[in-house]
Amino acid sequence: MNNQELKAKIESFGIEITFPEEETQFLTLTVNPSKLHELAKQLKEDNDTSFDYMFCQAGIDWEEYFEVIYHLRSTTHGHEVVVRTQITDRESPTVDSVYNLWKTADFHEREIFDLLGIKFNTHPDLRRIFLDDDWEGFPLRKDYKDDINIVEL
Amino acid sequence: MKKEVVNEMKEQEYFINMGPQHPSTHGVLRLLLSLDGEIIKNVEPHLGYIHRSIEKMCERDSYKMIVHLTDRMDYLSCHMNNEAVCLSVEKAIELEVSDRVKVIRTIMSELTRLSSHQLWWGVMGMDLGAITSFLYGFRDREMITDIFEETCGARLTMNYNVPGGVMFDIPDNFQTKVKEFITHFRKKLPEYDDLLSNNIIFRSRTEGVGVLSKEDAISYGVTGPSGRASGFSCDIRKQNPYSAYDRVDFKEILYSTGDCFARYKSRIDEMWESMSIIEQLIDNIPEGSAREKTRAVIKLPKGEFYQKVETARGEFGVYIVSDGKKSPYRLKFRSPGFSTLNALNTMAKGSKIADLVAIMSTIDLVIPDIDR
Repeated sequence: MNNQELKAKIESFGIEITFPEEETQFLTLTVNPSKLHELAKQLKEDNDTSFDYMFCQAGIDWEEYFEVIYHLRSTTHGHEVVVRTQITDRESPTVDSVYNLWKTADFHEREIFDLLGIKFNTHPDLRRIFLDDDWEGFPLRKDYKDDINIVEL
Repeated sequence: MKKEVVNEMKEQEYFINMGPQHPSTHGVLRLLLSLDGEIIKNVEPHLGYIHRSIEKMCERDSYKMIVHLTDRMDYLSCHMNNEAVCLSVEKAIELEVSDRVKVIRTIMSELTRLSSHQLWWGVMGMDLGAITSFLYGFRDREMITDIFEETCGARLTMNYNVPGGVMFDIPDNFQTKVKEFITHFRKKLPEYDDLLSNNIIFRSRTEGVGVLSKEDAISYGVTGPSGRASGFSCDIRKQNPYSAYDRVDFKEILYSTGDCFARYKSRIDEMWESMSIIEQLIDNIPEGSAREKTRAVIKLPKGEFYQKVETARGEFGVYIVSDGKKSPYRLKFRSPGFSTLNALNTMAKGSKIADLVAIMSTIDLVIPDIDR
């Protein structure tokens, strides 16, 4: 399925999504965090899309909001899509976990929680993965200050 | 009274720490095993012993500096890691490298893959009690590291790739040396089979051990030879050919059993394929410049760039988010070992502690790659 057909198919799920105006490497779509899990489930389980392999999951701190980005691939059809979701709550950013769809989310979500402080609902074992449990702050946030461990150039 | 104590002991689950200094974890990885007698009930990896937050360091560094950091992740696939960053920077600034560079990069990548698999084969044999394999593996690997040393001055963390090409052109005797190595290794690789592949003790310790189904391999994102041993077709060199992989003919090794022996075999077979790729390219390295001129400080346009390459361990991804400045706004490395380790519990559950050593060896982890 080419990107145009894929776009039409994903729109037919009836979940509110937006596409960026500028051209991107992969077909990209943005969804509200509350609808993320519903969309992810459809993307994985629909036979025409069947995105069964998540090859990357990343978090970004855009200062005004956080963004979680899911790179998905279908091993049967060979097409790829990028799903983005924006979380505006800076105090306690939360989004649904996709662990029950792609098990690789287990470590990836723990990493995002560890370094950016984004919480994932229904994740079976959400705790820090690299840093100590009593570490203060989240290093990949843009407002993180650490005079001892970070050397400025 | 005595009887009660015995029963209590029987039902009790107990915990053992494997690592962080266990030889078979190949680095500082700590596994918390919960055991019932000798049977593993659960494996919980504890990471972060060498976490350096490379992703945070990248947000401070220029793109040319970032290339050097990637060596320090998966040091056995250093060349491919460098290549991933260089390819995505070149894609972003729309710089086309010469055919010569593409071919040199491909040859060096395959040599790196061979040397990584040789080291893996050596230490794997040693983990399972065969010291000879370690000596064999390192004997043949020495020839490759000599070629690396002569080409770029380093034996392990090579830093041979730079955005725009390679650091230096290849030396005059490069082709002769590589051909010598291939002739040598074509004779020596059957010895590997004689020593381990057809060894009854080795076979009984690996066959049917640590099975990972295809569904789990896809769901956990287990890529590289480990994923392909479970039947998950995930070779980036076939899927999205980069550098000179579109002009060579090679097979994607696939097995369906997903046990330790399949993972072992897929790497052995991959070594034959790597040698065939090098042979196809070594005699026709095109003329051209080895390095395109770039600005001293490269600035990427605003946007997002994703590049994946096939390292010796699987799919390595570089995800650059640029805001138009000299260093990335955010850079994420998708490292193959991180996802593979996630599946360890599924593979090891229900097997014995000694089998865990075999499983750990065949998934071929490099800890700096996981911790980053």
